[in-house]
Amino acid sequence: MLIAAIVALGVGTYAMRLSGVLLGDRLKLSPALQRLLPIAAATLLAALAGTAALMESSHFAGVARPVGVAVGGLLAWRRAPFVVVVVAAAAVAALLRLAGVP
Amino acid sequence: MRTIYRTRDRALLRDAAAIAAAMIAVGASFGAITIAYGLPTWVPFLMSTVVFAGGAQFLAVGLIAAGNPLAAVFAGLLLNARHLPFGLAVSATVGTRPLARLVGSHLMTDEVVAFTLAEPDPARRRRVYWLIGVTLFTSWNLGSALGVLLGGATGDPNAFGLDAAFPAGLIALILPSLRDRRTRVAALAGVAVAVAVTPVLPAGLPVLCALIGLCTLIRPRTAKAAQVAKQTEVAKQTEVAKQAEAAKQAEAAKQAEASSATAVESC
Repeated sequence: MLIAAIVALGVGTYAMRLSGVLLGDRLKLSPALQRLLPIAAATLLAALAGTAALMESSHFAGVARPVGVAVGGLLAWRRAPFVVVVVAAAAVAALLRLAGVP
Repeated sequence: MRTIYRTRDRALLRDAAAIAAAMIAVGASFGAITIAYGLPTWVPFLMSTVVFAGGAQFLAVGLIAAGNPLAAVFAGLLLNARHLPFGLAVSATVGTRPLARLVGSHLMTDEVVAFTLAEPDPARRRRVYWLIGVTLFTSWNLGSALGVLLGGATGDPNAFGLDAAFPAGLIALILPSLRDRRTRVAALAGVAVAVAVTPVLPAGLPVLCALIGLCTLIRPRTAKAAQVAKQTEVAKQTEVAKQAEAAKQAEAAKQAEASSATAVESC
């Protein structure tokens, strides 16, 4: 049962990955729709980042994580290197938690 | 040109190393949590190779440990449904050969898609996709194995702020796309919708609901179309005015010529 569940999840996930890749090629999408796809992907990624930054399951994620992400986002906006953004966000969140901020 | 490529490659490798380090740490916590739940040792190995999707793996082992494998499958698949639109967006990038598409599809994750879309040069996108994909697959599996070996010694990844590192990394990667006004408006609307519905919907659906944000594209396009139409109208009017002006000048010149001709004649 355990192995079946893992394989089912793996196969299902792979099917969704592959079908997107194959459909993108087979479907003759109109230029307008093709311009829409990167916008849709950016919107999904932004929503992932936004929910991951602000929410923990169905609750607000506290203070340390959103502040850390905000510092990282600000650095990214000022065109700081990717490594700096990621390390600064983690460091700020970790230090806030060390200081007792939830 | 080659030097530019080499510099960009070095920057890309540095970014890949940063995200790989974070992936190893989070992978280790995944391995450790799985063992802490009392699941067999092979579970994290099988999951990290076959599923290869961090969020879904954490969600699934929690539900499996709670004795609900069916819910684990459905919740995990719902969370991963976003890979379908991602696949559409990177379809041209993954590769043209069937084997490349079969293998490349499995490497698709949020980070890989974000890195790929952040690359402005279409010729380099395939390289970015594969480099980041292979790096993340390796580091995620390495991390999972480390977690199994080290167990509870890996510590809580949140204590190191890794939960803030991943959203910040994603933001850094999508910022260039957000410089486009239409993308920015759609994405911000999507984030607002996703965050608003997170408390009431199961994991995975809020992010899909963010696609509602694409509705914002309808209004700006109409406004833009109107603007374009207006500009064309103005241009047309200017053209007409110019023509009229030119005609007037020609007329004046003709008259002048005629009058001078008359003058010559009268002489």
